[in-house]
Amino acid sequence: MKTTGKLRKYIYGITFFFLVLTGFGQMPVYKRYYISDIPGLEWLSQFYITHVMHYIASFVLIALVVYVFISFIFRGSGKITGSGYLKIFILAGLIVSGSLLVIRNLPGVFLGHNLIIVLDLTHLALCMMLMAVSFYTLITKKTWVK
Amino acid sequence: MTSRISRRAFLKGSITVAGSVAATSSVARAAKSITKKSSEPLVTLIDISKCIGCEECVYACQEVNEPKFPEPEKPFPKMFPSRVPVQDWSDKRDVTDRLTPYNWLFIQHAFVDIDGEETELTIPRRCMHCANPPCVKLCPWGALKQEDNGLSRIDSDLCLGGSKCKSVCPWNIPERQTGSGMYLNILPSLAGNGNMHKCDRCYNRLEKGEQPACIEICPEDVQTIGLKSEILKKAHALVRETNGYIYGELENGGTNTIYVSPVPFDQLNKSIEKGKGKPHLKKVENMMANGTNIAKAMLIAPIAGIAAAFGKFYLSSQEDK
Repeated sequence: MKTTGKLRKYIYGITFFFLVLTGFGQMPVYKRYYISDIPGLEWLSQFYITHVMHYIASFVLIALVVYVFISFIFRGSGKITGSGYLKIFILAGLIVSGSLLVIRNLPGVFLGHNLIIVLDLTHLALCMMLMAVSFYTLITKKTWVK
Repeated sequence: MTSRISRRAFLKGSITVAGSVAATSSVARAAKSITKKSSEPLVTLIDISKCIGCEECVYACQEVNEPKFPEPEKPFPKMFPSRVPVQDWSDKRDVTDRLTPYNWLFIQHAFVDIDGEETELTIPRRCMHCANPPCVKLCPWGALKQEDNGLSRIDSDLCLGGSKCKSVCPWNIPERQTGSGMYLNILPSLAGNGNMHKCDRCYNRLEKGEQPACIEICPEDVQTIGLKSEILKKAHALVRETNGYIYGELENGGTNTIYVSPVPFDQLNKSIEKGKGKPHLKKVENMMANGTNIAKAMLIAPIAGIAAAFGKFYLSSQEDK
């Protein structure tokens, strides 16, 4: 059980890291600021690669969130902490806005221009919020569940 | 310069006259029919064999789109880091032999062998208006828009000039002008670099029931615009009639611009001058296909999560026994 918890933590950490890395790669910043000049990181300025990697990492995140949610219901014990609720709320917002952006990217789908701008900005703002809250919970060692 | 001004003045007059004629002719009826609400996108057919390379479309495009052109503020903000290129076309607005922020359509020249005779073919080039445009879909700010009539365009009020749209465009169509746009009000030295510009298929004219300027002005009727199914039917009939070749129907998963040529497009591609602001005519695979396939597979993600949770529950219940 302990091993599963550790594995879950690692998968979440790695997925979160790749989502942030490839998410920022959707903006033309890595080439401008020499990051993709670092040997081994050239792919960060390849928009089609970061796009696909962001999708793959999103797949893992969604599967993990569903897995954790159902496992929590099955377990029937434990209390979600305040910071846990905050992170769940932000994650839900990220998944909903991200899913709508994925739908927007499908051929033949036309979403309203204003809605797309709101989704883009919401997705970015929620990502920044999750990074800040996660950093806070990491240094204060606050857990998701008591 | 004098001849240029008079030519532009002449073209301006021509457009006005053409507009007046159009209002009372079948052209107006056609223009109205292309604005009617339909689930089908509008597609343009470009018959290369008809083009005489007169560049009237080029000047008409410049004329009607002049109000949309950038008016950059100078001197430009100092860019950081220094590798960020300043791209300034504001003093070269008369350039017509390539795509620029001030020239959204140009004529490409190809010299090919037709029936043993070297022939010059001229090809109007501009944005292809892809059916699933990577420039629109991958813009991180939603600064590019795709209308439900199939055209894609850049919103100059929102564009920061990062040039991602150019990088992801299979033909590298959009062109940048430094020194204009919203980035000047944010962190001009650190983020953004102006505005991107490209053909918007005269969306404002289409809204009024008018045809795009390049189509309306053409003395040879090189371009036809209409509903996708009708235009594709016409294009294939033309290919059969002339033993011709088609481009744009399958490129990048399909575009809303169809070229028909009397010679294969790989021959045209070999002959045309390619490079900055001068797009190729190569076959293009569907650049968004990988993303689309993974997006469809994403539907399985919640099922995978449910299966893993039930699997874990089942295994632990077996262990408890």
